Amino acid sequence: MRPILAELAVGDSIGTAVVEVDRGRLVRYAGASGDFNPIHYSDRVAAAVGLPGVIAHGMWTMGAVVNLVVDWAGDPGAVVDYQVRFTRPVPVPDPGTALVEVSGTVGALDLAAGTVRVDLTVTHATARVLAKAQVRVRL
Amino acid sequence: MSVNVAFAGRQYSPNPAYEVGREKIREFADAVGATHAAHFDPAAARGLGHPDVIAPPTFAVVVAQRAEQQYIADPDAGIDFSRVVHADERFTHHRPIHAGMRLVTVLHVDSIVERAGLAMITTRAEITADDGGPVATVVSTIAVRGPEVAGS
Repeated sequence: MRPILAELAVGDSIGTAVVEVDRGRLVRYAGASGDFNPIHYSDRVAAAVGLPGVIAHGMWTMGAVVNLVVDWAGDPGAVVDYQVRFTRPVPVPDPGTALVEVSGTVGALDLAAGTVRVDLTVTHATARVLAKAQVRVRL
Repeated sequence: MSVNVAFAGRQYSPNPAYEVGREKIREFADAVGATHAAHFDPAAARGLGHPDVIAPPTFAVVVAQRAEQQYIADPDAGIDFSRVVHADERFTHHRPIHAGMRLVTVLHVDSIVERAGLAMITTRAEITADDGGPVATVVSTIAVRGPEVAGS
């Protein structure tokens, strides 16, 4: 069942999720997106540019955390605008996984436009990895 | 080498059309962990009023980054990719991207601002269907570290 705009209030939670990322996931995202920057698969290259090791594509994180909103909205086509600021990288260990936590709240309602703005809080190891993560959804 | 500010305001010629395929949408959806049926099952997508499977909200980056390469990979632009950090990204969807679309992208270099050893570069990819209708606007800002802070 899709959410009803008139029944939403600013501050309402739309839910939370935890997404998991490992090196295999980064390889898969590289292939799917065409972003083959070696800092997303080579520790040697990552270290050479001053990173602690391989980091996730910021665009993977952006793409993964919005699923919370898509599943809540009930239609991927309902997302009319989505923006983020990348504030901190997500290091991805080998072996192992990194966890990214996301929670969403209603940030603003525009009844005339028929849209809701969902604000996402996205963290890894308690630090925010995205800022100003806002998704505008048409309901 | 430093970033060439003369590129600010530049607009590129339309990119060759990108043909959106069902399997590419499914592959991208899998990669970001999207499980909504509208990405995978044409019947489910049609049930929501879409003509075919539709792309996840960030799929347009596939098309936009191809267009951005025209600029970023140009030696005259002076962008050392090993010093690039992605700062901001924004997708504005004028209509959902679905399988079977042919997308044409025009890249704009909206601004290049140098401050405190960083060059902040904002590009905008205007994506249209080959019928001319607007599909998505992708605005991306990258930060390029200057040589004086290399390796820091």
